[in-house]
Amino acid sequence: MFVLIVGAGRVGSSLARRMLNDGHEVSCLDEDPESHARLEIELDRQWEDMGGQFTVGTALEIEALTAAGIERADVFVASTDGDNTNIVISQIAKRRFNVPTVIARVLDPYRAEWYEHQGLHTICPTRVAIEMLSNEVRTAAARAAGELPPPGGVDAEDADV
Amino acid sequence: MAERMYVIIVGAGKVGWNLARELLEKGNEVTLIENNRERYLTVEQELEHNVQYGDASELWVLERAGISRAEMVIAVTGDDEDNMLICQVAKEKYLVDRTIARVNNPRNREHFELLGIKPLVSATDLILRLIEHEVPEYGLIHLLDLPEQRLEIIEMLLQDDSKATGQRVGDLEMPEGSLLISVLREGSGFVPNADTVLQSGDEILAVLDPTVEEDLTAYFGPDGQLD
Repeated sequence: MFVLIVGAGRVGSSLARRMLNDGHEVSCLDEDPESHARLEIELDRQWEDMGGQFTVGTALEIEALTAAGIERADVFVASTDGDNTNIVISQIAKRRFNVPTVIARVLDPYRAEWYEHQGLHTICPTRVAIEMLSNEVRTAAARAAGELPPPGGVDAEDADV
Repeated sequence: MAERMYVIIVGAGKVGWNLARELLEKGNEVTLIENNRERYLTVEQELEHNVQYGDASELWVLERAGISRAEMVIAVTGDDEDNMLICQVAKEKYLVDRTIARVNNPRNREHFELLGIKPLVSATDLILRLIEHEVPEYGLIHLLDLPEQRLEIIEMLLQDDSKATGQRVGDLEMPEGSLLISVLREGSGFVPNADTVLQSGDEILAVLDPTVEEDLTAYFGPDGQLD
């Protein structure tokens, strides 16, 4: 599959490497030329030599999206650091370029939820973090109330610290 | 403005601040939302409770401002994506009847249109139109476009060699679907009647169906040929 990732930050670049490793064709678009270095973390060869593509450009520019290959993308991932940018470019990918699978990373849970209801596929890491933290705190509370045993393998003295 | 409206303006830059002030002076209820703390504090000294601090692309900020009862939302931040999203959410989630969005980069206009956001205001486009207005070689000037109603109002400068120059308005062979609405001559404007004779140098305003634009240009334009 051809995967286009817009925004090669921590999330975008790791996803890009992983998808390339899985054997997909991967193209990244980022406005910062320096982001290219992030793609090569822990790689022993250049990103391009591995078959990856990297384009410098702004996500809202049709020329940049076209240069990055949006017209033949099977999957479009919007993972820039701006929620609104991700929401807007995902809608462009869907409505204008008819990309079959479009995924937008949206940090604000409320915006993510509403756009999800509107038919835009959103991934909200904040929601995941809230779930995980809630579970941790609830587990701690249950343990304090004696409803759960202390964490496995740790003796009572260490657990108090 | 006869009726009092509740208007939410997002972005307290020069445009937003002045707009808020004008709308308040006309007796409207206004909430201006600004997400830069420093700017907010400056504007707040004048507009007091009419300005709120926050990022209006967060839904709760819009809700706190009372978006569900707003009759109009105007997004004039310096960020086009923010303006797009705020207007889209205002229209589709909170069912606000009227939105106005500012386009900072004219190249983003097509994205606003793709998301169904209108009307759009772009300073660059306005200045371009003013340039066209000042430079008559451009010929026809679009003053107002109403694409859904299939109407536009245009302005044209009559030259010596135009076929319409020297003609009585009553004798004009205006293309079907167009109407001459006024004439600007020597600095003042008037509504012509059938006996008005058009002169070289007249600026004429016409309302028309966009499909007859070419016919009209041909008729009033420098070549003066009507097919």
